[in-house]
Amino acid sequence: MSIIVENLSYIYMPDTPFEKVALKDINLKIEKGEFAGIIGHTGSGKSTLIQHFNGLLKPSSGRVLINGIDTTGKELRELRRDVGVVFQYPEHQLFEETVYKDIAFGLIKQNLTQEQVDAEIRKVIQTVGLKESILDKSPFELSGGQKRRVAIAGVLAMKPSILILDEPTAGLDPRGRDEIFGFITKIHETMGITVILVSHSMEDVARLVDRVIVMNDGQIELDGPVKEVFSDIQRLEGIGLSAPQISYMMQELKKILPDINDRVYTVSAARDDILRHLGAGGSRND
Amino acid sequence: MSLDKSIIEVKDVSFVYKSSNADRPDVTALSDMNLSIREGEFLAVLGRNGSGKSTLAKLMNALFLPTSGTIIVNGLDTTNEELLWDIRSSTGMVFQNPDNQIVGNVVEEDVAFGPENLGIPPEEIRIRVDTALETIGMTEFKEYAPHRLSGGQKQRVAIAGILAMKPKCIVLDEATAMLDPIGRKEVMRILRKLNTEEGITIVHITHHMDEAGKADRVLVIDEGKRVIVGTPREVFSDVKRIKKLGLDVPQVTELMYELNKCGYNFPTDILTVEEAIACLKQSLPSGKEL
Ligand SMILES: Nc1ncnc2c1ncn2[C@@H]1O[C@H](COP(=O)(O)OP(=O)(O)OP(=O)(O)O)[C@@H](O)[C@H]1O
Ligand SMILES: Nc1ncnc2c1ncn2[C@@H]1O[C@H](COP(=O)(O)OP(=O)(O)OP(=O)(O)O)[C@@H](O)[C@H]1O
Ligand SMILES: [Mg+2]
Ligand SMILES: [Mg+2]
Repeated sequence: MSIIVENLSYIYMPDTPFEKVALKDINLKIEKGEFAGIIGHTGSGKSTLIQHFNGLLKPSSGRVLINGIDTTGKELRELRRDVGVVFQYPEHQLFEETVYKDIAFGLIKQNLTQEQVDAEIRKVIQTVGLKESILDKSPFELSGGQKRRVAIAGVLAMKPSILILDEPTAGLDPRGRDEIFGFITKIHETMGITVILVSHSMEDVARLVDRVIVMNDGQIELDGPVKEVFSDIQRLEGIGLSAPQISYMMQELKKILPDINDRVYTVSAARDDILRHLGAGGSRND
Repeated sequence: MSLDKSIIEVKDVSFVYKSSNADRPDVTALSDMNLSIREGEFLAVLGRNGSGKSTLAKLMNALFLPTSGTIIVNGLDTTNEELLWDIRSSTGMVFQNPDNQIVGNVVEEDVAFGPENLGIPPEEIRIRVDTALETIGMTEFKEYAPHRLSGGQKQRVAIAGILAMKPKCIVLDEATAMLDPIGRKEVMRILRKLNTEEGITIVHITHHMDEAGKADRVLVIDEGKRVIVGTPREVFSDVKRIKKLGLDVPQVTELMYELNKCGYNFPTDILTVEEAIACLKQSLPSGKEL
């Protein structure tokens, strides 16, 4: 149960004047139960890469194996049952007349009774922070963030063993983002699902994932634990990225407090380290 | 740049989406909204999903007309259909989803579409399109078909299209949502530059609190109502209230808030790394300071 990418290259519109090499010789292995982040500048190939994981795109060369299934094979239905993808623009996966039918779409193809489908829909709509009254609406009558939540609900309802999210928080309000990530972290931990998060939010990536894969111009530039990847801010900035704001602050602080830990990427870790140096409150007037 | 003249006046505005189906209720997306946007200001708009931000933006662009109340854009009432083009040429809008905006088959055609509609002469359009694509860093894609671009590239093209129109006011609806961190900073810098150098009014709807921190004023909408208007410092210093509204504060603001919970007494209106460092410096044991 894993994702294996071997010598994957992908070319859009080959042999035309618009030929674009979007992925160059990618090698990658993501194990079952990992929570991996993919970051990279605009146009670096992130969406192209993840669309290979459910067989939507086929390699120009090399291969992709999902739980042992080659994505160029005929077992696409099986593959798509295991792999759930929330696309970058939710409009690309909402097409039914009502929100209810949209979420039901995938569920109906599983062997569930009408009651089970109904119960699942009501549960998942709550998970993404929407009211049941939204179920009768047309997806086109929703705000941007509401559409995003419905698209996430539709994928979560399918209970995929590999969950891929392409910029899921673009358009979500901060609380919605925290609640939905809270749920995803929970199912990741309790059900051992694999999660792949493509994001431009360095804050979210630093907070949530174990491993970060950095794409640059169709190639993997870096691949490692959060701490390692965010430790070289200059390198990240050179390829269109950054570190969380808090990391910049800790680096500045290190200039006046040499033994502060500047490899800190979340607010809570920063707070703890600063308290370690300043002592608990009250000692500030020393 | 005169900060006292208003460019957009929102007066007692309510907006109702009429239900397309008799079984479902209408949706009141905005109620009794009042707001005056000053010419030359940089306003950020925050609010949770479904609070009415995009609806407000579309009212400012005369894409929707208020169910009640009035909207005056650059001195023109948006309900006056004869003025539609004058209104649209004074306020340009970048939509939440670039697919709803991009119309051309080729990037440069798409960017030219706005100025063409404004009746700008072709030579001038050429210059504007080239400049806009250059500014936004998309020159190398000018002959591309827009649907073949990545998510963030599409968003850049949508922004270029508005830059080429040179409106007096630009309304951006989450126009940076798909950009990488450097791209977001770059777009913020471009907007600020247009704002200070050319006096262009910016209305920037965003879920990125750090971007709102850089605006002149922040408007927070909740359930279709205006709930807070103030400088970023005023708005973000009330961390509890902001979180209650489903929003967030910049990371350094949050850090100070967290440290204060542990007994410190730092200012609550810290927005930038520099300000945070200055504060922390003061509380260092004296021997360690510089
Ligand atoms: N359908 C397509 N036809 C041709 N080229 C494409 C197509 N889709 C994407 N590309 C090009 O391939 C490259 C990689 O695109 P991709 O969408 O994978 O980037 P991304 O990393 O997801 O970017 P973003 O952060 O902007 O979403 C880009 O240069 C893009 O212009
Ligand atoms: N076309 C429509 N028809 C019916 N109701 C709509 C339509 N568009 C939006 N709404 C409803 O109006 C309310 C306000 O939506 P709006 O799009 O203005 O929110 P928003 O603040 O922009 O949210 P988001 O952050 O999710 O983009 C929501 O309850 C939404 O469901
Ligand atoms: Mg993408
Ligand atoms: Mg919106």
